[in-house]
Amino acid sequence: MAAGKGWSESVIEVAETKLHLARAGSGRPVVVLHHDIGSPDRLPFYDELASHFDVLVPHHPGYGKSERPQWLRNVRDVAVIYQWLLSDLGLDRASLLGLGFGGWIAAEMATMAPREFHRLVLVGAMGLKPPDGDIFDQAIVSYLDYARAGFHDQDAFARVYGDVSTDQLVGWDLCREMSFRIAWKPYMYNQSLPHLLGGVRAPALVVWGDDDKIVPRSAGERYAALLPKARFELVRSSGHCVEMEQPDQLARLVRTFVAEN
Amino acid sequence: MFVMYFTEQPMSTYPADIGLEVGHTALMFSNKHFDPVAGSRLYNEYLEHYIYAEEQGVEGFMLNEHHNAPFCMQAKCNIFASILAAVTKKAKIVLLGNPLPLAENPVRLAEELSMIDMISKGRLVPGIVRGGGQESLAAGVNPAYNRERFQEAHDLIVAAWTRQGPFRWEGTHYQHRVVNPWAVPLQKPYPRIWVPGVLSQETIIWAAQQRYPYIALNTSIEATKKIWELYDKVALETGYEAGPENRGYLQQVHVSDSEEKAEKNARQFLWMQGEFTGLAHPVWSNPSGYFSPTLRRNFVEFAVGRAENPRGRPTFDQQVADGRVFFGTPKTVIPKLRRVLEETRPSIYGIWGNDGTVSNEDARTCIRLLGQEVMPAMREIGKELGLKDPFETNAPVHLRYSTDLKQMPQAAE
Repeated sequence: MAAGKGWSESVIEVAETKLHLARAGSGRPVVVLHHDIGSPDRLPFYDELASHFDVLVPHHPGYGKSERPQWLRNVRDVAVIYQWLLSDLGLDRASLLGLGFGGWIAAEMATMAPREFHRLVLVGAMGLKPPDGDIFDQAIVSYLDYARAGFHDQDAFARVYGDVSTDQLVGWDLCREMSFRIAWKPYMYNQSLPHLLGGVRAPALVVWGDDDKIVPRSAGERYAALLPKARFELVRSSGHCVEMEQPDQLARLVRTFVAEN
Repeated sequence: MFVMYFTEQPMSTYPADIGLEVGHTALMFSNKHFDPVAGSRLYNEYLEHYIYAEEQGVEGFMLNEHHNAPFCMQAKCNIFASILAAVTKKAKIVLLGNPLPLAENPVRLAEELSMIDMISKGRLVPGIVRGGGQESLAAGVNPAYNRERFQEAHDLIVAAWTRQGPFRWEGTHYQHRVVNPWAVPLQKPYPRIWVPGVLSQETIIWAAQQRYPYIALNTSIEATKKIWELYDKVALETGYEAGPENRGYLQQVHVSDSEEKAEKNARQFLWMQGEFTGLAHPVWSNPSGYFSPTLRRNFVEFAVGRAENPRGRPTFDQQVADGRVFFGTPKTVIPKLRRVLEETRPSIYGIWGNDGTVSNEDARTCIRLLGQEVMPAMREIGKELGLKDPFETNAPVHLRYSTDLKQMPQAAE
């Protein structure tokens, strides 16, 4: 596998908003929805997925390289923008892979179009009020401390982010501002979502790091209980950012699950 | 020249050593350290101070509010304003101010302020603020829309005061089926609004565009001059010439019977302000989306502990050397105040007289000397320098009530 190769980048305008999209590979389409701290441009996990699937990694509106729509007010708006994007791209039967905050967006998308998606993978997904514990509040810690809290092993954080640059800190601040704009209260969940998940037809895989300090595992168990065709998998020695901390394990789970008919 | 007395109303009996130990004394500093017995005593002492101040000739009180922090016990400035409206007779009650973005129902604020204006018989100056970042977090109000909410809440309150009800309000952040408050201000067209601030250029520009006086909070003389440069420029672009009636200033000034006593008290005064308001996480004071985007790059380095606080945390001696705090007897303090008046020409002056652990007795001495000696001298200097305040000049309450707007220059050919 040639890491970092084969990726194309484009800008697509949806809902008067210029969205950044990275894409690589071929096969079944898999849309990766990133965390609330944005996403590094390249990750070994993305490359591994792209050697099996047509992988699309958009930047959420207002995050990373995508433009901020001033009018955007909630996470369901993001989900609608992505439905529009997939429709413009002519992607049918895509699978959604949502990471943390992106998992919330994926879950909203699946409730909006219950028969539309091939597979739904939620990794440490936000979006539900955890029955036990609370979603970690980034508002009271620094950008750096918040990003670090996503990892079980700080060496893994260092492997991905190295010496964090000022540009990265600015990027995290912009991401945080956008998260506040659309998910301030209730913080990082939607009270309607648990009542709507029952309609989702796509088989779902709910994955959680065993040391997720951002979203309590109870939220994952709730997702698995509410989604009609769901399975729960725990990944050992991983924090919230499973795709960065245990990329091989997660890629293996996703590969098998998405390849099923 | 209008001179007013200010104190943050500190909760001075909290255990300072524990604050230093946990590393913060705001937002998350547990209220288990709040002692309501001491709180009851302090609230009443502070009320007595204002009543005493009026007896000593003080012509105005400046009140503010903060939340979740020992440096300011007032959680709602309208409460003290209501009490003072009833128990004092002449002094103006200047709120600097109500944190508008925290209000979920600005019409309610408009009602409260109207009541205070009527009860005080027209002595209210209902200034407005955005509230600190920590206030947003304490109130659970989205910091990313703070400025938008500030401006819209202002527009709604002014509408509630000046438009005949009932009317409907369909805004971006506020929607009201029926705006028709059965309490409107005594002062017409509405009570004077003043806007205090420290850092944000956006607020200075907005205040100048409304023709509201801007009150610079304890800024250095150099920083204050820059503020007036910007204000004056925006005023000219808006069509009027700004003057002393647009300029306010708040300064830490503690006076006592002797120089030695004053210095001792000034150290007690700064014990909290010099060290303790700094003890908060930067992302509490400046949540994402709250601060000016122009400051983002510098701020993020500070927020993760890689850079010094851009506002610094100067030592006592440094603050004295910079003229951020004056202390002494009236005789030695008045010439220092004269210099500030000459150099920055404000017509509204807040004297931040007491703070920290200054004792009740010493605070009263300070108030007596301010009322009897310092403030009368300042008013004389103000006369000499032509520093007429908005009440003296009967300045328009808002730009829209101006009768002197210059024809705006046409765009360049």
